[in-house]
Amino acid sequence: MSASTAPTTFFREIDHNRRQSWLLVGVVVVVLGLLGGAIGYATGVGWVGVGIAVAIAVLLSLGSFFAGDQLVLASSGAKEIDVANPPEQYKQFVNVVTEMSVASGLPMPRVYVIDDTAPNAFATGRDPQHASIAATTGLLEKLDREELQGVIGHEMSHVRNYDIRFTLLVAVLVGSIALLADFFLRFTFWGGGRSRSSNSDNDRGGGGLQALIFVIAIVLAIIAPIIARLVQLAVSRRREELADVSSVDLTRNPVGLARALKAISDDPEVLEVANRATQHLYIVNPIKSFEERSKSMWDTHPPIPERIRVLERIAGQMGVSFPPELEAVAQSGGGQGA
Amino acid sequence: MPSIWILLIVIAVIALFLVFMYNGLVRLRNMVDEAWNQISVQLKRRHDLIPNLVNAVKGYMEFEQETLTKVVDARNAAVSAQAAGPGAAAQSAQAENMLSGMLRQLFALVENYPQLKANENVMQLQEELTTTENQIGFARQHYNSVVREYNTSIQTFPNALLAGLIGFRPRDYFQIEEADAAVPAVDLSLHT
Repeated sequence: MSASTAPTTFFREIDHNRRQSWLLVGVVVVVLGLLGGAIGYATGVGWVGVGIAVAIAVLLSLGSFFAGDQLVLASSGAKEIDVANPPEQYKQFVNVVTEMSVASGLPMPRVYVIDDTAPNAFATGRDPQHASIAATTGLLEKLDREELQGVIGHEMSHVRNYDIRFTLLVAVLVGSIALLADFFLRFTFWGGGRSRSSNSDNDRGGGGLQALIFVIAIVLAIIAPIIARLVQLAVSRRREELADVSSVDLTRNPVGLARALKAISDDPEVLEVANRATQHLYIVNPIKSFEERSKSMWDTHPPIPERIRVLERIAGQMGVSFPPELEAVAQSGGGQGA
Repeated sequence: MPSIWILLIVIAVIALFLVFMYNGLVRLRNMVDEAWNQISVQLKRRHDLIPNLVNAVKGYMEFEQETLTKVVDARNAAVSAQAAGPGAAAQSAQAENMLSGMLRQLFALVENYPQLKANENVMQLQEELTTTENQIGFARQHYNSVVREYNTSIQTFPNALLAGLIGFRPRDYFQIEEADAAVPAVDLSLHT
């Protein structure tokens, strides 16, 4: 009872995520528009550059909204499981997802498995009617039924809160802008070398190219911190902590999720299919070295001890005893919580 | 002239308010019915699975015939209570709890028979019944939270003024308070 997240909490969360999704699309349109304007200015085509760039941005946004989940799932190597008739080894997984869909009153999501021994899971899609939940084979093998239930409860809460829509847009839009930026940066170095050599042959062409490179470099310098900020926004600690609490609201079992979080973060295996664009989707950040290298500035997830501490507090309110080994983890991270 | 406009605006506002109120109540009532159906589906699935389990274990558990008979009786009582529909939620809940208790006893007994634990078919049935058991618990939890929302909505101002007159009555909870406490206990006894 005490752990209950009132309906108003997640309605507010849904509104918040809808607003942020629109804001993100707006930012992407402006950023690409600027880039297009810069290219248009440097190449002399003028406003046509802005028009083309904005059209690309709008198409990109529509594409990620409607097909982004398939892109993310395919790039993670996820294979769909037939929920009506699952293979024997995935039966329990499908059963647990069904349980969480019943508990939340949401439609049954599509279920995917990633063939990787590192335990992790994520949810994606544009709304609860078009949602998918993916887990690695490592997760299914290493967690027991209660732990798995906690993880799937967490993912189901992301579905209910529309976190999946915003994080999906971030994954695809930020991913493709980063890719575009990368491409132009490489082009700049490459093209820069070439323009110097061609300078003697054709002064005018080299000059135009150099102006183009200069302008794009400036625009990229503006874009880079915006991208960084967007990824940070996508996985605010609040969003992850709310999903943890809502998971307990569904399962009524804070210990299962706490044990799962410990097991996932203790596991030494590295999830190979995760990358910069998709890391924020997972229940525990899969890019471990990345997380350790720069703890405070780049954290996409709250630290595990902090998350377990929150679950311990809920267990206390529910009158459920918390195992000592988890208590030890909760105590260990005292200094880290910022 | 302006007074007619004011009157019209007041009437329009009241009409709009009534439309929104009515639609909101219908939406909530449908959610309650849907949640109830969800429970019914799971209960029916459990009712269907039990004879299979009893048949599968009967040969091995000759000395537990009494328990098996009790499970079947509890199952039949639950089936007839469910047929009474949403109006009899309280009786149905009681019969289902009795059945859950009997099933727990049966699963505890299964632990004493190594041949049963090695039987693939029995293990599959047990996973099926475990998930059904959990889904019943979760469906009940969801039903109760939807009923709470619906009851609160028709019992608070301003809906309380009209809801009763146009046929919106409060619904029974599936099982008051105990349901929440019982769920973790079932979980622990079944999967460890």
